[in-house]
Amino acid sequence: MTVRPPKRMHLAAHFPGVNNTTVWADPRSRSQIEFSSFEHLARTAERGLFDFFFLAEGLRLREHKGRIHDLDVVGRPESLTVLNALAAVTERLGLAATVNATFNEPYELARRLASLDHLSGGRAAWNVVTSSDAFTGENFRRGGYLDRTERYTRAAEFVSTARELWDSWTADGAPRPFAHRGRHFDIAGEFTVPRSPQGHPVVIQAGDSDEGREFAASAADVIFTRHGSPEAGRAFSTDVKRRLERYGRTPDDLKIMPGVTVVLGDTAAEAQERAAEIRRQQVSPQTAILVLEQIWGVDLSAYDPDGPLPEIDPVAEPQLTQGRTRRGDTVAIAEKWRALSKEKGLSIRQTVIEASGRQSFVGTPQAVAAELETFVRHGAADGFILVPHLTPGGLDEFVDRVVPLLQERGVFRTEYEGTTLRSHLGLSDPVRKG
Amino acid sequence: MTSSPGRGLLHLAASVDRPGVYDAGPYVELARLAERGGLDFVTLDDTFARPGLDAPAVLARVAPATHRVGLVPTVTTTHTEPFHVQAAVATLDWVSRGRAGWRIDVSTTEGEARLFGRRHAAPPAALWQEAGEVADVAARLWDSWEDDAEIRDVPTGRFVDRDKLHHVDFTGSAFSVKGPSIVPRPPQGHPVRVVDATEDHARTTAARYADVVLVRAASSARARALRDQLRGQAAQFGRDPDSLRVLVSLLVDLGDGEHAAEPGHGGGGPRPSAQGPLYRGGPVDLAELIASWHQDGTVDGFHLTPVEPRRDLERLVNGTVGLLQHRGLFRTFYPGSTLREHLGLARPANQYAVTGGTS
Repeated sequence: MTVRPPKRMHLAAHFPGVNNTTVWADPRSRSQIEFSSFEHLARTAERGLFDFFFLAEGLRLREHKGRIHDLDVVGRPESLTVLNALAAVTERLGLAATVNATFNEPYELARRLASLDHLSGGRAAWNVVTSSDAFTGENFRRGGYLDRTERYTRAAEFVSTARELWDSWTADGAPRPFAHRGRHFDIAGEFTVPRSPQGHPVVIQAGDSDEGREFAASAADVIFTRHGSPEAGRAFSTDVKRRLERYGRTPDDLKIMPGVTVVLGDTAAEAQERAAEIRRQQVSPQTAILVLEQIWGVDLSAYDPDGPLPEIDPVAEPQLTQGRTRRGDTVAIAEKWRALSKEKGLSIRQTVIEASGRQSFVGTPQAVAAELETFVRHGAADGFILVPHLTPGGLDEFVDRVVPLLQERGVFRTEYEGTTLRSHLGLSDPVRKG
Repeated sequence: MTSSPGRGLLHLAASVDRPGVYDAGPYVELARLAERGGLDFVTLDDTFARPGLDAPAVLARVAPATHRVGLVPTVTTTHTEPFHVQAAVATLDWVSRGRAGWRIDVSTTEGEARLFGRRHAAPPAALWQEAGEVADVAARLWDSWEDDAEIRDVPTGRFVDRDKLHHVDFTGSAFSVKGPSIVPRPPQGHPVRVVDATEDHARTTAARYADVVLVRAASSARARALRDQLRGQAAQFGRDPDSLRVLVSLLVDLGDGEHAAEPGHGGGGPRPSAQGPLYRGGPVDLAELIASWHQDGTVDGFHLTPVEPRRDLERLVNGTVGLLQHRGLFRTFYPGSTLREHLGLARPANQYAVTGGTS
């Protein structure tokens, strides 16, 4: 009788985003824009033998009360250009770009992705996102509005069209004409790029709605989730993997990777202390008021962040904040937060810190490694996308202290076995159609 | 005494086009070779109509493998999104630390239009007018962040000074853009805009928006006439003509050593060919031609496209450039680090900082 080897996990590094998870006020924080920051984080991820490096995207700066939101990191370079440059300073690391399917056209984007795959020797990935908001659309020819129900039908047709283009050259390197006629795209001609090293770049999907899950089950290789608890992770994983059969796919064809945050310390108490300090840095007094305004829907700048919560009730004012996700039933949230504040005697800022998300894994390197392993062993995920709070050094400690422990446990690779991102993820090569 | 505007520094650029090459190595090799010769910049052409990789992707891949040479991909404006185009070019400037340019081109064929299925082919005049609008909105978006917009002011909790971020509110003939850009103002302020003004339709856009204009001319008289015309037009648009660099584009075939293959082709003069003026001969004669056209004020420099990429670029750098350097006519090292510095072009002032623009 043989003992099954423990399940290996996949790891990815998320470049710190333009939200208050990223702490810019820390003296160790460096540029979010300069190439040296991207290079540092990518090299760190490759030193840690990570599967891939992940860049998010924004196509319109966020606004609050009609003005540019100024409290978080603002601005970022264009993802695919950065990743092509990173291909020059890394050798094995996968390179994932988030690119919107609403504000791009299949021919051009398929070409840009295939170019990255060629130039990186088979390391490209595309995180497919969609958008329906007219606010972002004001920066684009096609304008804003795409009906919400059309978002995923367009995305699905976009991805399948891209695959037709990636398959369009013959095996011996000759272009063949393609023609695609669908609900969203009616295009024909010849693709300018031969089939790339991976055949098709890896496709990632990040939505959590029912349509998003269905789309992932039909078309994605990796799903980027927010389910950071083992219970939620298992429920999500079971649901998504159940959907795969419908598309003739097996559970191994789709890797589930939640975005997670990690805080380490030499002792459990020290790790908790550091986690609390990071949360205070993430919620500055000004950010606390802004978060409250997003819920209350009115100007609360007269309130003291160290004082009590407003007695007034929220109003429905969806236009107050533009370019970010809505917060749901605001009246209920306000009730809950007031109760929390009363119960624990918390100020506005303390309430926001208390009520907003905690870090996913907090503890000693040993404890975190054990938790990550348990999470994967119980089927709550296939791996993790780590979201550091500092640019660019936020991953150094994890790579130096946790990765070796995961390797000792036999749950993470000790060297890259292949050269392509597909090989890192254990994904099969796509079958050429047509 | 008349001014002799053509007698400024000599500028040299080369194409690193490699049809049929889809991996990074050969492009890196050519760009490094050009850099060894101290060339101002390399160009990489791009079109949706022929096989080839995305040019800005290739030159972004080349950027960390080079240190000084300017990187100028072609990016078309007809079927692309102006917002994405300006962001990619600005990002190329960030990853190359101030060495990006952008060769602006249009897509004229119905075949290219069918690849996108959004609009039909349009006449070149309309497409070049739109290209001018894209060049214009790109500069506005590059300026939509003032250089010192990022403040990281801990006491007030503000990462940026939002009074230094600007909506551009641009409405063109075929598109509109709200802004600001998602990318902070790039190192050069404005990456260098390059237009090939061979086509009549492109000339107005070139005179109005380009920093570097490429012209195809088989005689020095023709080149001089084109340069004078472009400088005159630039002045009509309120530009200082000396902020324009006019380079003659030549195909070069240095395959036959010092002896011109074509009798009567000696003396170094280019002659017309189907792909544009072609110089065929030796590296020494080419150096003579470059020196004489530059010294008599005909042009600001040359953009050379090797017929046989590796062979001809090597002969160009080791032979022609070496000779020009020996005669003190071309730089032997890069005194500056950005493409604008190589070209002797000032870093542009920010149009919103100057006028106070709207926020």
